[in-house]
Amino acid sequence: MDVTLNVRRFDPESESPESRFQEYNLEVEDYFTVLDALIKVREEVDGSLALRCSCRASICGSCSMRVNGHAKLVCKTKVRDVANAQNQVTVEPMGNLPVVKDLVSDMKPFWDRVRAVKPYLQPEGEEPEAEYLAPNETMLHLAGVMSCIMCGACVSDCTAIEVDQRFLGPAALAKAYRFVGDPRDDADRSRLQMYSQPGGIWDCTRCMECVQVCPKGVAPMDRIMGLRDMAIEAGFSNNNGARHTEAFTDSIKHSGRLDELKLPLRTFGVFNVQAMMGLSLVGLRAFLRGKTPPIIHKAIPGKDKVRRLFDKVEGKR
Amino acid sequence: MPFAVEEEIIRHDAVVLGGGLAGMRAALEAARCGADVAVVSKVYPTRSHSVAAQGGINAALGEDDSWESHAFDTVKGSDYLADQDAASILCREAPGDILELEHMGVIFNRREDGRLAQRPFGGAGFPRTCFVADITGHVILHVIWEQSIRDSVATYDEWFAVSLIVEDGRCRGLVAMDMRTGRLHTFEAKAVILATGGLGRVYEPSTNGLICTGDGMALAYRAGAALMDMEFTQFHPTTLFPSGVLITEGARGEGGHLLNALGERFMSDYAPERLELASRDVVSRAEQVEIDSGRDVNGCVMLDLRHLGRDLIMTKLNQIHELAMDLAGVDLVTETVPIRPGMHYQMGGVKTDVDGRSTLPGLYAAGECACVSVHGANRLGGNSLLETVVFGRRAGRTAAQEAAEEHFVNLTPAIAREQAERIDALLSRSDRGIRTAALRRELGAAMQEHAGIFRDAAGLGAGVDALHDLKNRFEAVSIQDHGSVFNTDLVSALELDNMLDLAEVMVTSSLERRESRGAHARRDYPERDDDGWLKHTIALHTPDGPRLEFGPVTITEWQPQVRSY
Repeated sequence: MDVTLNVRRFDPESESPESRFQEYNLEVEDYFTVLDALIKVREEVDGSLALRCSCRASICGSCSMRVNGHAKLVCKTKVRDVANAQNQVTVEPMGNLPVVKDLVSDMKPFWDRVRAVKPYLQPEGEEPEAEYLAPNETMLHLAGVMSCIMCGACVSDCTAIEVDQRFLGPAALAKAYRFVGDPRDDADRSRLQMYSQPGGIWDCTRCMECVQVCPKGVAPMDRIMGLRDMAIEAGFSNNNGARHTEAFTDSIKHSGRLDELKLPLRTFGVFNVQAMMGLSLVGLRAFLRGKTPPIIHKAIPGKDKVRRLFDKVEGKR
Repeated sequence: MPFAVEEEIIRHDAVVLGGGLAGMRAALEAARCGADVAVVSKVYPTRSHSVAAQGGINAALGEDDSWESHAFDTVKGSDYLADQDAASILCREAPGDILELEHMGVIFNRREDGRLAQRPFGGAGFPRTCFVADITGHVILHVIWEQSIRDSVATYDEWFAVSLIVEDGRCRGLVAMDMRTGRLHTFEAKAVILATGGLGRVYEPSTNGLICTGDGMALAYRAGAALMDMEFTQFHPTTLFPSGVLITEGARGEGGHLLNALGERFMSDYAPERLELASRDVVSRAEQVEIDSGRDVNGCVMLDLRHLGRDLIMTKLNQIHELAMDLAGVDLVTETVPIRPGMHYQMGGVKTDVDGRSTLPGLYAAGECACVSVHGANRLGGNSLLETVVFGRRAGRTAAQEAAEEHFVNLTPAIAREQAERIDALLSRSDRGIRTAALRRELGAAMQEHAGIFRDAAGLGAGVDALHDLKNRFEAVSIQDHGSVFNTDLVSALELDNMLDLAEVMVTSSLERRESRGAHARRDYPERDDDGWLKHTIALHTPDGPRLEFGPVTITEWQPQVRSY
């Protein structure tokens, strides 16, 4: 079939280095991946197009880019699955990372995040003479996380990193989960404490983008939620994120709906002067726009049923 | 002049070229021996092709198993060309290295009792392949990389090496291009360890990643180090059509069947005892005979996993289930998948001793780019990951120890300037010359045709001629990208230059070896000839092409026997 690739180009050495789109019309086979098509461009049409690729089998993690606005591993993405009705495909470098040239992103901020979680096993005590004994289910579960190929797709499309570059982000925190979940690692407490700091597990906004774009089914957001549970269980609840979670849960559990006034008070603490001043401004703006939540919080009629749901779920744990 | 030369010299006790398993393991060991070590790699380490090793890593861990049995299987698999002292070291040290990997954090699959699980693999008399589902290489490389972060090993990521530096008969460093800037830097080192992996892209198709272009082998060859046994190229029995992407041997290890167009399990005709789990050369040849005899399905035979059931496929073979779905549109749980033999691994490489020393002082090598030789004429599945950790470790230790005895000689950027001239000459050619990719495809097709699974004098002779022609035409290759930053057009031309030199050695060595042994199957010399050819082929660089010599095979315990499976 004939397709048009719309590729965002960027040449840092040009006189006016600004990105621009370039159209390539080419014929592709039915089985072609977007990577096959890009390679065809590079080899037959325009040798100056820069991209990274190697394995062609979704394991080396080199070829993450944005296809039609979302991060994809292009060796895993068939052209016919992403071409629109006019047989066009848009290809851009990943988001949330600086661009080196064309489709090549600067991965340094990505690797820096991974390094920041102390991504290596920290056992204590003497090593056993043979292997550590471990349940196979645990190893298989960790294999699901270690399937991460560090391609950067989740970081590219993370909506929290977009507004705050300090967030460790999905890939690094999924990597962190792999150690906390590993029975051989003895640094769980210090890890959970570290991951509970600002920029850590509580900065995820649960938008699900990382789960959607991950080409390996790692589901980073689910791992971050797992870390949150473990952090609270380990007693690291003296932070905004954990308090927010607890206040949210309490409110729903007792009244069946969210007490929007109480939530920020419990999250930040009434005596947190700076936060309270900031909140009062938000409250004022809400009042001016007629969006103030009810002062007196009322329970919903079926609150007992909600309570029973909680009992059921919590009993199961 | 776009390709600027950096005047400042970068100095490390040891420089490892290549960030795959052998390189990272070597670097880790050198660092733990107290050396100041750096890894120079043309891709970020976790992008290296070690991650594509799916099935597993061998070690005799079982109570009824023994390293001697593993070594015997390795020697038999090699068709008796492996050096038996090296094979013994590989197998004797394997259990220790596996346990070390486990202690570092590799999440090997377990048995019911929590101990390491092992699966059967081709050519092995015992289930001795440890594994992490079908992502074994991926997990091991990531864990070793984690350790390198812990030990603060320096890495130069996305730096492409263009030449070794030899002074007074000793390798003293290398010249590499920082792909981010295009600048050429001089590294001075008391020891240089090559760990650049395979050269699979010499063929088309190949299971190898696009980065597997044999750079280290070519650099060593041009610097005067010997290459060994370059005629031995492994064709893996199960690669996907048309991409050539790998389907793990674990698929057969877990019980998968091979069927021809008539639905017959044809391996019973070729290896009545071991069937699908005969060694790779045997299975690949059997498939090719079936295909050539017209019992094929569009040039392929079929891999059948349906009887294994969804649960096993989704837990132990999950990645290939995903690959077959993505690349062939086949659900392995309910359908068979067309596969064919494809170029997979180079048994030959830079000749080393059992401690990683090449024939050039100061230069060491480990992993697929080296030839110790533990694989001889045919490698067993699960032995390549093992080779990277055992001999990567040994090379790293030796290099660190010997570097401690050396001193820097204060290199100048002279070689870097020479290389800059070579690159500028390439860049200044007309835009309208031959495209690198067109020549590379011709190279791949020529190798597949003339130096494929079955070979003969006429074909190999034509192969030698084709290589001469390709090398001549390389002089007219042009580069469209004239920039300095991330110039992949330039890098692929330099890679092709490397591959052409190596392919010439491969076909020349193949033509010379007038017998059939392991993966080298000559139609005109169908028998193994121990009297004439139980010897290693050694290739040395001359301006007129390779000069071949021969060297003895070390035989300690296992005298050559008839090899059947």
